[in-house]
Amino acid sequence: MNKNLGWKLALIIGTLLFFLFGIVGVPNNWSGHGLLAAIQQRIHLGLDLKGGTHLILQVQVNDAVKVDSDNAIERLKQDLRTHKINYTEITQPDPANNPDKIVLKGVPPESSSDLRSIVSERLPEYNLASGAENSWTISMKPQALAELKNRAVSQAIETIRNRIDQLGVTEPVIQEHGLGQYQILVQLPGVDDPARVKEIMQSTAMLEIRQALGGPYSSEQQALQEHNGVLPPDAVLMKGKSIGERDAETGGETWYLISRSSAVTGRDLRTAEAGRDENGQPDVRFTLTGEGGRRFYAFTSAHVGEDLAVVLDNKVQEKAVIKEPIRDTGVINGRFTEQQAKDLAMILRSGALPAGIKYLEERTVGPSLGTDSIRAGVRAAVVGMLAVLIFMLAYYRGAGINADVALILNLIILLGFLGFSGATLTLPGIAGVILTVGMGVDSNVLIFERIREELRNGKTPPSAVDQGFSHAWITIVDTHVTTIISAFILFIFGTGPVRGFAVTLTFGLLANLFTAVFVSRVIFDYVLSRKQRGEALSIG
Amino acid sequence: MEFFRNPNIDFLGKKWYFLAFSLVFSVAGVLSMLFWRGIPLGVDFRGGTLVYVKFSHPPDDNAVRAAMDRAGLHNARIQRYGPAANNEVLIDLALQETSEQALDQGKTKIINALESNAPPGKQDLNNASSLTITNYLLEKDPQHLGTDANQRYTAEAQAVVSYRDKTKGGVLGSFDELKGAVDPAVVASLREGFFLSDFGVRNVEIVGPQVGKQLQTQAELAVLYSLAGMLVYLWFRFEWIYGVAAVITVFHDTLITVGVFSLSNKPISLTVIAAILTLVGYSNNDTIVVFDRIRENIKLLRRERLADIVNRSINQTLSRTILTAGLTFLTVLALYLFGGEVLHGFSFALVIGILIGTYSSIAIAAPILVAYQDWRQGQGKKPTAMPVEPAKRERVKAKAKV
Repeated sequence: MNKNLGWKLALIIGTLLFFLFGIVGVPNNWSGHGLLAAIQQRIHLGLDLKGGTHLILQVQVNDAVKVDSDNAIERLKQDLRTHKINYTEITQPDPANNPDKIVLKGVPPESSSDLRSIVSERLPEYNLASGAENSWTISMKPQALAELKNRAVSQAIETIRNRIDQLGVTEPVIQEHGLGQYQILVQLPGVDDPARVKEIMQSTAMLEIRQALGGPYSSEQQALQEHNGVLPPDAVLMKGKSIGERDAETGGETWYLISRSSAVTGRDLRTAEAGRDENGQPDVRFTLTGEGGRRFYAFTSAHVGEDLAVVLDNKVQEKAVIKEPIRDTGVINGRFTEQQAKDLAMILRSGALPAGIKYLEERTVGPSLGTDSIRAGVRAAVVGMLAVLIFMLAYYRGAGINADVALILNLIILLGFLGFSGATLTLPGIAGVILTVGMGVDSNVLIFERIREELRNGKTPPSAVDQGFSHAWITIVDTHVTTIISAFILFIFGTGPVRGFAVTLTFGLLANLFTAVFVSRVIFDYVLSRKQRGEALSIG
Repeated sequence: MEFFRNPNIDFLGKKWYFLAFSLVFSVAGVLSMLFWRGIPLGVDFRGGTLVYVKFSHPPDDNAVRAAMDRAGLHNARIQRYGPAANNEVLIDLALQETSEQALDQGKTKIINALESNAPPGKQDLNNASSLTITNYLLEKDPQHLGTDANQRYTAEAQAVVSYRDKTKGGVLGSFDELKGAVDPAVVASLREGFFLSDFGVRNVEIVGPQVGKQLQTQAELAVLYSLAGMLVYLWFRFEWIYGVAAVITVFHDTLITVGVFSLSNKPISLTVIAAILTLVGYSNNDTIVVFDRIRENIKLLRRERLADIVNRSINQTLSRTILTAGLTFLTVLALYLFGGEVLHGFSFALVIGILIGTYSSIAIAAPILVAYQDWRQGQGKKPTAMPVEPAKRERVKAKAKV
C-alpha cells in the first residue's frame, strides 16, 4: 500500500508542476514582476479586461449574388442575341431578397430547347424552370448559391484581415460568427476609438476607371436637362463625392455622366502608395498589372483629349483629362489629408470586399475600465477564496487542511488549463474561477460529511474514509455532469465574455474531480498510514 | 466544529407552507412581468446604445441632460453609475436612435455633445486611443527622430494612454500631469494638437436590432436546452419522475429569479443569462444530492413509507446542503460586494439563485416525488420511485475505486 501511495504522490506532484508550467512557463526572472509578466504572456485576457473593441459585421452576401446574376444576365442577353432567340423582357423580380432569380419572358415555344442548351452550357450554376405564358425562371442552384455566399464571407474575412494587419493592431480576432448568418466577429484589442478602423474595414473599395461623358452637374435634373431628358444608352449618372470631404458633407452635390463599362478595375492594381502632387497635396499613386496596363493603354490611346473618371464605390472620386496615352501608372487626387491618402492606398492594396458590410454590434471597453475590472475581479476572488479556506480549516480542522490543499491545487490546474489551451480569461471567467471555488469545495463537504456520518455509525477511520469516498463519488459525478451540461450549452450559445465563463467553469469542475476525489483521498490515505490503529481522525 | 448533529426535522409536514411561500414569490414575479415592469431587458437583448462616461469632477445630471437635449437626444436616459466617488454616468439611448445604417451615430452625438467646449482643430486626449496618438506623434515628430520613430512614438503613446487609464482612472485633469510619465517635448507637442475634455468614455455598448433579436432567441434556446439536458440526464441516471421533479424545481428557481429581476427592475443582460444557467446547474446539484440519498435509502429501508425515507434523506444531507450553500453563497457574496459594477447583475442573480436553489431542492423537489407516489398509490398502482437496478450501481461503484 505504501508503494502505491508513493506512486500517487509522485503523480500529484507531477501534475502540480505540469500545470504550474502552464501558468508561468519558464519565467525569465523569478521576481514578482518577472512572474507577473510571465503569467500575462501565458494567460490571454479577454477584451473586457484589457480594453478594446468588439464588432459584429453582417456581410451583405446578396451583393455578391447580385454581381453574379448581373453577369449571368449579360451573358444570357449576348447568347440569346447570337442564337437569334426572341424575348420580350428579362428581369430580376426581387433583387433585394432573391437576387439570383432571373425571369425571362416571351420566349417563343419553338426556341425552348435552344434556351435549355444555352443555360446548361453557359450558366452551369443556374437552374432553368418553365413558367406560365412562355416565361422562364432562371435561378442559382442551391449548392452553388450557398457556396457563393460562403465564399463572399471568407473573402471578406481575408480582406478585412489584410486591412487590419496593416493598421498595426496586435492580436486581432477576425472570424466567422454565428451559425450560418454570414456574420463576422472582429475583436481589436487596444483600439478604443474604432471610428477610423471601422471606416477602413467597411469601405468596399471598388475602384474603377471609366470614361467621363459629362459633368459636373449640380443636380440630377440639371444633368437630364442638358441631355434633353434622355441619357445616352451606355451612360449612367453618378454622384461625385470625395472621401476627403466626408467631414464637410453639407456642401452641394455634384453629378457626373459616366460610361457604364469600366476600362480597368481594382483587380488590375498591382500596388498603391500614398504620395504628394506638385503642390504638396497628398494623393494616391497606383500601378497596374501587365494585363490591366495593356487595357488601360488601349483605352487612353483611344480617348486622348477626352475625360476619364476615377470611380470609387460607385461615387466619382475625380474627373481628369487624358493628355496622352498612359500605360500602367495613375494618380488619384481628391483633396485628401495625408491620413486619408494613406488609408485609401492601403485599402486599395488590400483588395475590394466582395460584398458590402454592415455593423450590427459594437462594444468598446476602455482600458481604464478593463484595469478596474481586473482589480475588482481579483479582489473578489481573493476574498471569496480566503473565506472558504478559513472556514474549512475552522470547521474540519485536520481534514480542512486536506480540503484547502485540494482547493489550491484545483485553482492551479484550472489556471494551467487556461495557459495551455490558449482560452481567454474574461471578467465572467474570473467569476467562473470564484464559483469553482464555492462549488468545488462541495465535493469535499460531501465526502467529509459522509465520513463523519460513517464514523458516528461506529466505523473505524480507514473504513469510514473508504465508505465516505465511494458513496460520495456517485453523487459527485452526477452533480458535476449536470453543471457541465449547463456550461457546455452556455459555451455553444454564448459569445465573448460569457464563453469565457463557460470555459473556466468547465475546466474548474473537471479539475475538481481530480483534486477533491483523488488528491483528497491520497492525503487521507497518507495520514491514515502514519496513524496507529484506532487513533482518531481529525475531521472536526 | 459541527452545526448539525442528527437533525430530525419534518420537512414534508411543512410542504403546504413551502408551497404557499413559493406561490407568493412566483405569482408576484409573474404579475410584475405581465402587468407591471415586464421583463427588463438589457441592451444585449433590446438593442440600443449605452455610453458609460467618467467625469473628472462630480457630474451635474442637469448639465448632461441639457447637453443631450441640445444634441437632439431628448429620450436619452441619464443615470449615475457605480459608487458616487467614481463620477460615472450611464447614458442610455433606445433602439430608435440606433439605426443599423449608422450604428454608432448615437454614440458620436453623445460624445460631440459632451465635447461642446472643444477648441477647433484639436482632438480630445481623454478620448484618444494610443493609435491616434502614435499617428499624431509620427506626423509631428517632436523628438526629431526621423526614421525609426515608429517604435519610439508607439511606446510614448502607450505611456500616455497607460498613465491616463491606469494611474488616473481614465481622465486627465491637465497636461502637466503627463510630465512625469513622458518626454516633455512630447507633452508640448500634444498640447498643440490636443485638448482635455472633462470626461473619458469608459465603455460603449451598441447593439443593433438584428443582433438583439438573435441573442434573445439564443438565450431562450440555451435555457430550454439546458433544462432538457438535465431532464434527459436525470431520467437516464434515476427514474423519469426524478428528472421531471428536478426540472420543475429548476424552472421554479428560474421563474423566481427572473421575477426578482422584474420586481427590482434590474436589466437582464447576457451575463445574467449565464448566471441563470449556472444556477440551473447548481440547483440541480443540490437536488441530486438529496435524490441520491433517497435512492440509497429506498434500497436500505424497503419497509418504510416513502415520505419517511425522503424526510430522513433530507435530514441526513442537511448538514452538507447548508454547508455547501453557505460556502458557495460566501464566494458569490464576495463577487457581489467586490466584483465591481460590471458583474453586478450577474452576481445578484447568483446571490438570489443560490438561496432559492437550496431552498427548492428541499421544499419543492422532494415533495414532488412523494406527491407523485401518493397519486400513483391512489390509482392503485405499484410505486415506481425505485432504486436504479443494481447492475448500474455496481458499474459506477467500480469506477469509484481510484
